[in-house]
Amino acid sequence: MVDITTRVRSVWRRNWDAFLRTYRVNFIPPFVEPVLYLLALGFGLGTYIEAVDGIPYPVFIAPALVSISVMYSAFFECTYSSFVRMYYQKTFDAIIATPVSIDEVIAGEMLWGATRGMIYATLMLPVLLIFGVVAMPSSLLLIPFAFLAGLLFAGIAMCFTAITPSIDALNYPSFLFITPMFLFSGTFFPLDLLPEPIQYFALAALPLTHVVSINRAITLAAFSPMNLLNLAWIAAATVIFFLLAIRLMRRRLVV
Amino acid sequence: MKRFGDLVAVDRIAFRVREGEVFGFLGPNGAGKTTAMKMIQCISPKSGGTLEVFGMDVDTQARRIKSRLGVVPQENNLDPDFSAYRNLLIYARYFGIPKREAEKRAGELLAFMQLEEKRDVLVDNLSGGMKRRLIIARALVNEPELLILDEPTIGLDPQARHLIWEKLRSLQAEGNTLVLTTHYLDEAERLCDRLVIMDHGRILIEGAPADLIREHAGSNVVEVERTEKAVARLEELGVNYDLAGDVLQVFTDRPNEIAQELLEVCRHEAAVTVRPATLEDVFLRMAGRRLRE
Repeated sequence: MVDITTRVRSVWRRNWDAFLRTYRVNFIPPFVEPVLYLLALGFGLGTYIEAVDGIPYPVFIAPALVSISVMYSAFFECTYSSFVRMYYQKTFDAIIATPVSIDEVIAGEMLWGATRGMIYATLMLPVLLIFGVVAMPSSLLLIPFAFLAGLLFAGIAMCFTAITPSIDALNYPSFLFITPMFLFSGTFFPLDLLPEPIQYFALAALPLTHVVSINRAITLAAFSPMNLLNLAWIAAATVIFFLLAIRLMRRRLVV
Repeated sequence: MKRFGDLVAVDRIAFRVREGEVFGFLGPNGAGKTTAMKMIQCISPKSGGTLEVFGMDVDTQARRIKSRLGVVPQENNLDPDFSAYRNLLIYARYFGIPKREAEKRAGELLAFMQLEEKRDVLVDNLSGGMKRRLIIARALVNEPELLILDEPTIGLDPQARHLIWEKLRSLQAEGNTLVLTTHYLDEAERLCDRLVIMDHGRILIEGAPADLIREHAGSNVVEVERTEKAVARLEELGVNYDLAGDVLQVFTDRPNEIAQELLEVCRHEAAVTVRPATLEDVFLRMAGRRLRE
């Protein structure tokens, strides 16, 4: 069904090498973002909020910051950046002239998107530790889970990239899907403040809801049976979007 | 055979490339050359017929075929995120070539293509000719048994073209097999042992350049300005002629005789020239003079 061998690594490595070549600029967001959000929202706005469900506000939003960073880095890597490589740089065309298959190119791109999410989560962790807003050692789990969550967002992103007519049209999913998710996935206020139908909608259709739910359990070291449901949702959606992305990309690129 | 919806881009073409030869595909824009190349590279699946490369089927053995091919695409697709040298290393990795071996070959190939000084320069900062040379170096990184070049010198200045021709000839001398497309006829005449002329997805003629010229254009071309007298004289002599704009062309093996006749009727009214026939004459006769967009 999919033609993937260990050659997928060479695609992943190409992106890793490019990332390292410009590492200075790439390493800024995961350090700066959590500091800005924690100061502005956690300790600024947060002074008006005593606690959310008994949790201090900065501690409440810390796992959301990691989740959002993973979402953004994986999603934008596999939309705008992948589109540039595919359409403008013709990098995919160059690679499929070698024994690397188109399936491996797309899989490698998505695995790289997931890796990028994981790198960002890893770099954010020490900052959050310094602020004292995450529990240890459970918060080490943020790192492997970021890979899975990253793969989910990379898969969704790659589906959009496969069907987008132009790079500008990628703004639609960015504004209509990613931005609402950023706000309404239990990130900065608990999901149960929303009307019930919207809560169900968030659980059914907004992947970030599940990611935030698991990351919050991790950083608070307080797991619940609900997290298993979250994990099952994420695992299933990841497989579906991964395979769908490959299929859509084949349709676009194999002519 | 290749169809895109109702359009037949490559229409039942048959050809066989021999080991060690340089085989050319000529034809106007849209003739189906690039599509044919992509089919050979196993990246554009055929709609029908059989296509074997190295005796292997392109549909089922794509990976094995691609590992033995070198490809120079028409559009430059070097990796702009990396230097010339790292472009070669990263490309070698796609073939699974071990790092040390890749480094050795990358160094050798940069030297062969006279790009040693540009080793650490980002691809975007190379000139058009250098990019083209680098892309040929990249195509050689897996020591291919067959090198496919789609318009290898497109858009280059004469110096850059000559340098590339020189390199391609030395590859040929080493016994490499090359398949190239071009619409530069001088390039085809210079490089190709055998070639086909394609149009509308079909092969019109096939052969060695010199044979094709002899068969389809004769040894020489007599050209004269189109005047009534000249036309009348040629009709009288029963000589076939072609019309190329305002010029009458006679393809012939007895140029002096005809030039003499024409000079007599034209006197000083029109210039008569005699020149050897070229592949361009064959091409224009076969593919017509109509402009292709």
